[in-house]
Amino acid sequence: MTTSPATTHVRPNYMRIWLYLFVMTIAEVLLAFELPVSQNMKLILLLILAVWKAMLVALFFMHLKFERWRLRLIFIVPLPLAAILVLTVIMEHVR
Amino acid sequence: MTHATHTLDQMRPPYPAEPGAGVYSSKLGMWVFLASDVMFFTALIGSYVILRFGVSSPWARPGAVLNVPLTGLNTFLLICSSVSMVKAYAAIADGKKYFLRKVAGKTLQDGGLKFWLLVTIICGGAFVGVQVFEYIKLVGHGITPAGYREGSELAEKALADPVKYGANIAGLYGSTFFTMTGFHGFHVTCGVISMLYLYFTKVLPEKYSAQDYRGIEVIGLYWHFVDLVWIILFTIVYLI
Repeated sequence: MTTSPATTHVRPNYMRIWLYLFVMTIAEVLLAFELPVSQNMKLILLLILAVWKAMLVALFFMHLKFERWRLRLIFIVPLPLAAILVLTVIMEHVR
Repeated sequence: MTHATHTLDQMRPPYPAEPGAGVYSSKLGMWVFLASDVMFFTALIGSYVILRFGVSSPWARPGAVLNVPLTGLNTFLLICSSVSMVKAYAAIADGKKYFLRKVAGKTLQDGGLKFWLLVTIICGGAFVGVQVFEYIKLVGHGITPAGYREGSELAEKALADPVKYGANIAGLYGSTFFTMTGFHGFHVTCGVISMLYLYFTKVLPEKYSAQDYRGIEVIGLYWHFVDLVWIILFTIVYLI
């Protein structure tokens, strides 16, 4: 019987992730109310920051970064379906 | 028969995994539930986006109706609760069942599972408390799921500046706001109740150990997901 070599993972620095989340939340509020940026640019930047923060939580706090691909797929599969759901209904408005 | 050298993997819990996804059944069950919850919140957020960008009248401007600094504080609380939850997980994975313990040469005491989970429960409870306070204030000012209440402060402001306060579609604004944040608040409340249950039935009697802490990992996944959803909601409801 041969046991395959175990992949090793070191626990991430959770406090650093918390700091990133905190700084990005402040950046979002400043961007929304204080910084002189065009409305479209503001919308894009705010969405990028929100997705970035959500990714940090999913990858490091929920440990998706360290899970097998089979498990990651369970969480990833609904995301394109969610995008299709929203996009198809928006297309109705566009027409 | 050869055995590879076992190096400590801090991200692999020491219990038997089901074949396939490589995790135990309750964790797999939680992931499947979370995947279904993604679709639930997508339905809510997607409907909001469609309603908001589909109407011709202007939506109320960010900060005009909602108290963004107060919600910013709530976001901070939820982020703190998420990090304390993952610290609780790390503590029990290292076998630290205690509340606080002195460490030689360090000023700050080392927190164990009992400490970090209690911090998470307090932050989660505070989040719900602030949200209830926010709802009471908002309804008091005149925004309800049906729109601006006649004769209220917000209704008068909306009459004076209909563009800033989105006077024509206040009903849509109120109903989408209360539906999305209300369902999220319900999720947070369920999480706090579940953590309280675990705290009194499993954590205080020290039933979890470094060899088995499945309950903490599963409730942790749920809690981080609730935080993740709030990150998206905060941006699209309060800031955009």
